[in-house]
Amino acid sequence: MRLFATAGRVLSQLRHDPRTVAMMALLPMLLVGLFSWIMPARLFDQVGPMLIALFPFTVMFIVTSIATLRERTSGTLERLLTTPLRKAELLFGYEIAFGLVAVLQATLVVSFAVYVCGLKIDGSLWVVGGTAVLNALMGTALGLLASAFARTEFQAVQFMPVFVFPQMALGGVFMPRSGMPDVLSAISDWLPLSYSIEAVQRASANVTGWDLGRPLLILVGVTLLALLLGSLTLPRRTP
Amino acid sequence: MVTDSPAVSISGLRVKRGKVQVFDGLDLDLAPGRITGLMGPSGCGKSTLIRCIVGIQKVQGGSVSVLGLPAGTPSLRRRVSYSSQQASVYTDLSVSENIRYFARLYGLPASETDRVISAVGLDDQRKQRADDLSGGQLTRTSLAIALLGSPELLALDEPTVGLDPLLRAELWGIFRGLADSGITLIVSSHVMDEANRCDDLLLMRQGQIVAHTTPADLLTESGKSDPDEAFLELIRRHGDAPRHSLDTPNDVPETAPRHAQEDVR
Repeated sequence: MRLFATAGRVLSQLRHDPRTVAMMALLPMLLVGLFSWIMPARLFDQVGPMLIALFPFTVMFIVTSIATLRERTSGTLERLLTTPLRKAELLFGYEIAFGLVAVLQATLVVSFAVYVCGLKIDGSLWVVGGTAVLNALMGTALGLLASAFARTEFQAVQFMPVFVFPQMALGGVFMPRSGMPDVLSAISDWLPLSYSIEAVQRASANVTGWDLGRPLLILVGVTLLALLLGSLTLPRRTP
Repeated sequence: MVTDSPAVSISGLRVKRGKVQVFDGLDLDLAPGRITGLMGPSGCGKSTLIRCIVGIQKVQGGSVSVLGLPAGTPSLRRRVSYSSQQASVYTDLSVSENIRYFARLYGLPASETDRVISAVGLDDQRKQRADDLSGGQLTRTSLAIALLGSPELLALDEPTVGLDPLLRAELWGIFRGLADSGITLIVSSHVMDEANRCDDLLLMRQGQIVAHTTPADLLTESGKSDPDEAFLELIRRHGDAPRHSLDTPNDVPETAPRHAQEDVR
């Protein structure tokens, strides 16, 4: 019950902030539309799935890191920890709320990419959409964790380029990971976004079985690990 | 005096915040079913003491027991409620959404939300977003959350700051009603004229207890007619000459700026 109370509260906060909701829902479509316009169809078919994977992750990462940082600095987190609310209920409350938003976001962006922009996807749209949602959940979990390392919203915003851009570069957006120098490819093996991109590429290419299951499982594992570490950054007693 | 076992029992408490040793071996018992006022200049340790009682302050040593259990014990989370100095509410939610959320965390029905909103006089503002409220209304929203359910001990850090005299009187009326029903209240204030509304007084200065007394005894002992003078007199006797200003220079700002504005209704 407390779990859903928290998810409901986070959604109420979003409802009061139509601009953020518009950004979450419309921005991915706008960018996918833009890419489909500037790129030849063959290139767009390669890049499109990656866009579908990256936007939910990036948007959720930034929104969650700021939302939870506010929770830390406004005193509401301290107050929550004096109530019967468990830390897991708080963390999963956020995951449920942003997970629902991610479902909406993925539905919109996948439908738009395929039916409006003519993106060719060989795999199931449900699997591609589901992969986008898992990416969003991972973005939420990592955003929760990242908020512990920022003191101000200004610093939290800066995590986006620091954390996301290098991962995009190494994760195979601009060139395949297999073609990278050994050192970089080894580093990219340890970056979560590499598996986001791998998963959505394989889902789109209708790869099934363990080849798709492995990157998806890694996404879920990173999400759970980030939540576990995140709960350690929520001490009930503070100095 | 009260014969029951103390609501709060502290012994040998040591707390360090940053580089400052706030408490170095504090001993204290607070009586149940009474309003204890924590008085003293800002930076004297009032908030830290309240945080220790609620169980959210990291301590270096000593023991704090609340309602017979170590402070911070999970089962105390339903029995002890806390309102911090900063109004801890979601500014992007309405008054009733804020209170409803916390009510659901305690598993309380919707009627409980209405009750506490009325108790703090925010019926007309219930649909208003917290960031559109005046400083005093915001403080009351935060206070309403602390009134949810049936806590046995309320620890309120400067609950009346920035409120007009009428509202302040109303809130003290609520506090008195709670104390009469057997609830223990710990209320900090740096306005000495609120001292007269308490049952017990804890006068603090620089992490030390200057006096643990009652309002009547404070005046008798000091031979002064108003609490402000009495407090200064006790500090003088405590051995340490009072500073020119009661505020220590290294303390944190007492309130957020928005609290500074008076509550206009």
